[in-house]
Amino acid sequence: MMALLEVTNISHTFGGLQALADFNVTLNDGDLVGLIGPNGAGKTTVFNLISGVYRPDQGRIVFAGQDITLWPSYRRMAAGMSRTFQNIRLFKDMSVLDNVRLGAFAHYTYSFWQIVGRTASFHLQERRLTQEALAMLARFGLAGSAQAPARNLSYGEQRRLEIARALISRPKLLLLDEPAAGMNQAETLELVALLRDLHREFALTIMLIEHHMGVVLDLCQRVQVLDFGSTIFAGNPQEAQQHPQVLEAYLGKEENGEHGHAIAEP
Amino acid sequence: MSCPVAIALQYLLNALQLGSVYALIALGYSMVYGILTMINFAHGDIFMVGAYLAMWATLFLLGLPLNLPIIFIFLGSLLFTMTLTAALGVSIERLAYRPLRQAPKVSAVITALGVGLFLENFTLATIGPEPRQVPAIIPVQQYSWGGVAFTNVQLLILVVSLILMVLLDTLVRRTLTGMAMRAISYNRVIVPLMGVSVDRIISLTFAIGSAIAGAGGLLYGLAYPVLDPYMGIRIGWWAFIAAVVGGIGNIRGAVLGGYVLGTVEIFTPVLLASSTYRDSVAFSMLLILLIFKPTGLLGRPTVEKV
Amino acid sequence: MKKSNQASERGRLGGWYWTLGSLALLALAWLLPASGIMNLYLQQVLMYVGINIILTLSLNLVNGYMGEFSVGHAGFMAVGAYVAAILTVAVFPRAWGPVVFPLALIMGGLAAALAGLVVAFPSFRTRGDYLAIVTLAFNMIVKSILENINAVGGPRGYMGMSKLSNLVWVVFWVLVTLLVLRNVIYSNLGRGIIAIREDELAANLVSVNTPRLKIYAFCLSAFFAGVAGGLYAHLLQFINPRSFSILKSTDMLVMVYLGGIGSLAGSILGASLYTILMELLRPLELWRWVVGPLLLVLLMIFRPTGIMGLKEVRWLQPTASEETGWGKVARRS
Repeated sequence: MMALLEVTNISHTFGGLQALADFNVTLNDGDLVGLIGPNGAGKTTVFNLISGVYRPDQGRIVFAGQDITLWPSYRRMAAGMSRTFQNIRLFKDMSVLDNVRLGAFAHYTYSFWQIVGRTASFHLQERRLTQEALAMLARFGLAGSAQAPARNLSYGEQRRLEIARALISRPKLLLLDEPAAGMNQAETLELVALLRDLHREFALTIMLIEHHMGVVLDLCQRVQVLDFGSTIFAGNPQEAQQHPQVLEAYLGKEENGEHGHAIAEP
Repeated sequence: MSCPVAIALQYLLNALQLGSVYALIALGYSMVYGILTMINFAHGDIFMVGAYLAMWATLFLLGLPLNLPIIFIFLGSLLFTMTLTAALGVSIERLAYRPLRQAPKVSAVITALGVGLFLENFTLATIGPEPRQVPAIIPVQQYSWGGVAFTNVQLLILVVSLILMVLLDTLVRRTLTGMAMRAISYNRVIVPLMGVSVDRIISLTFAIGSAIAGAGGLLYGLAYPVLDPYMGIRIGWWAFIAAVVGGIGNIRGAVLGGYVLGTVEIFTPVLLASSTYRDSVAFSMLLILLIFKPTGLLGRPTVEKV
Repeated sequence: MKKSNQASERGRLGGWYWTLGSLALLALAWLLPASGIMNLYLQQVLMYVGINIILTLSLNLVNGYMGEFSVGHAGFMAVGAYVAAILTVAVFPRAWGPVVFPLALIMGGLAAALAGLVVAFPSFRTRGDYLAIVTLAFNMIVKSILENINAVGGPRGYMGMSKLSNLVWVVFWVLVTLLVLRNVIYSNLGRGIIAIREDELAANLVSVNTPRLKIYAFCLSAFFAGVAGGLYAHLLQFINPRSFSILKSTDMLVMVYLGGIGSLAGSILGASLYTILMELLRPLELWRWVVGPLLLVLLMIFRPTGIMGLKEVRWLQPTASEETGWGKVARRS
């Protein structure tokens, strides 16, 4: 079977600093993979390379059978990929509904002249995609704020809106960058349940960056651990917790032991 | 004069003279950009105000019944002009730019355009649209060396601008103030934590940049003694292009860019046999540069954080 | 949910109101001058207001909605003005003037839109103040080129146009601009353009084809600026490169930021207020030109989004049924 995403030996440097070295990952349809590692290990860089924010210095990215290494972001997203951001990036002055509708940007096919003339085809598509967007908002408990500007939402709601925006395009691959960041215990549990449902319901392949080990252990079938831009472990999450190099990355180099606690947490 | 090398040298000398003025103005654009990442579109008009101030200072000093020595008149006008343009630069920053420091970039740039236009139109309204003739402080003397003709005024312009540039470069590289300037341009959040007053350093940057533009105004008046209120637009733009060519935010780049633009201006009419196309040439150069190497010849690229 | 939709629905005008309102305005634009109720001076001022509304609306698309800053809008206006003028004066027989005029305006607009590409392409890679420089440079290059073409009079300017612009044509083009821009803004295309303003990187990462949208926005904006230029040329019957300098561009910026960025109503308001203010200040002579820049600076400091900033009056928004077809569904069920 052909893999959905095949990343081969990608590397990236920032002004001489090696942020990521020879990174490899293969995701098959339906995988739910965690990407973990201490701060500054290069996790977000992986997402940025896969989603096309940066071009890798070397290596190849193949998505759904196509070499997308040199594609611009919007083309990758249109091909069936979506992502969220570590620090939420919504279109803050636009309405919640518009944010979600923008997630489906590539799915609108009416032409410029159909826009100017407001033709039947224009109305048909607008109606269809608006209803889909409203349904998605309802799914995330945000239907009541559809007309409110996104900046008025609470932090947890903004995180959910970002995921809704990512899902409206029915992506094959979803990249989630710390979806539970800043959430309390209850919200986190709710999110884990939601992600599990979405994974099944939308037949998603998910790659997830997360600091809450609980979330990773609960959700992920596999994890990949990064430290200083290199993969130090790839395998199942339980084994990762015992792996000496992983423990060293979290405990050995960070004296405060904060991450050590995080990783021991069930 | 018939020797082609001598002709080329002659043009080069003219290019150096004009390039010096561009370099002096480009320095101000570059310094302000370095520290605020903002293009001070009013800078060219500070240069224009400087040229007028220098003219009035010279007229005043020449009019005094003291028969002052030429060197005194020159230095007196220079000091007067630089002080007042520095004050003008600092006031503009205080009144117009400082309230906008936290505002979106758009606001700052549009304000700068507005301030520039204000200076032009205010000058126009107060002294009228007629071009003014600058009095000659220094009796022009022609020299010739190996077929290349030059004047004492040209030499003076070259020497004075060179002195100012070396002084500025030393200030930025060798002094504590210069270090603070470079630190702010590198990271504006950390610097106040180290006990440096950002406001004071920014004011100082505007003062120095504007003073140098004022000096440029005086020197320009010596070489091209006709002034009008809109002269700052063209000269300012050429100087700005110079700053971009050199890599905006980079002091030595600005000087390099100034001389490049001086060369472009002098040699374009020679090569294209028409002088009216030089603006198109300069601006096309700018466009091409911005598309292919937006950081200029000596600038560093920046990366957006995600 | 339904409640909030209906609430935001109140005051919005459907297609019929637009059609009737437009026809009424056009009728007035013909009747008032024809019946002699409106004198020539007032007509002239109103035509300037209309031309400035077109310019402000079109500039607002790029500066207000897309959040890029174009500060060389007069360059596009110049292209439109010269192309339209050359068409009516030199290409077609003068007698055909009134018939050829709309075509000339459209050709002028298209030429300006083509010039818009010159600015759109650099905007893929440069943003913010660097793009401001690109657009200003464009403005200066257009002016410099026009000054160098002797066939169109060089720095002396171009004349010989008949006075083909009249209030009806101006009002017609104001309505066309308003309607087209409104339809674009309240569509997927418009949402993408606004997303570029909000967060260009995030826009790219939700599949918004930002380069294509920039081309649309710049070309559309330039097109209407070109049409405004054509109207201006056939109102004044004389154009020269200096009329399209940075000063003109700055006037447009003042109108956009006075009325309000990202607002159609704001553009209409800003253009009308500023044009009338400048008309009233005529007795100040040279000092009049100090007002605009000063106003711009004060606006930026005290109210950078302008009077209407990012808000829209309801009657300029499409009704929900027009935007999405909800209304129709709701009524049926």
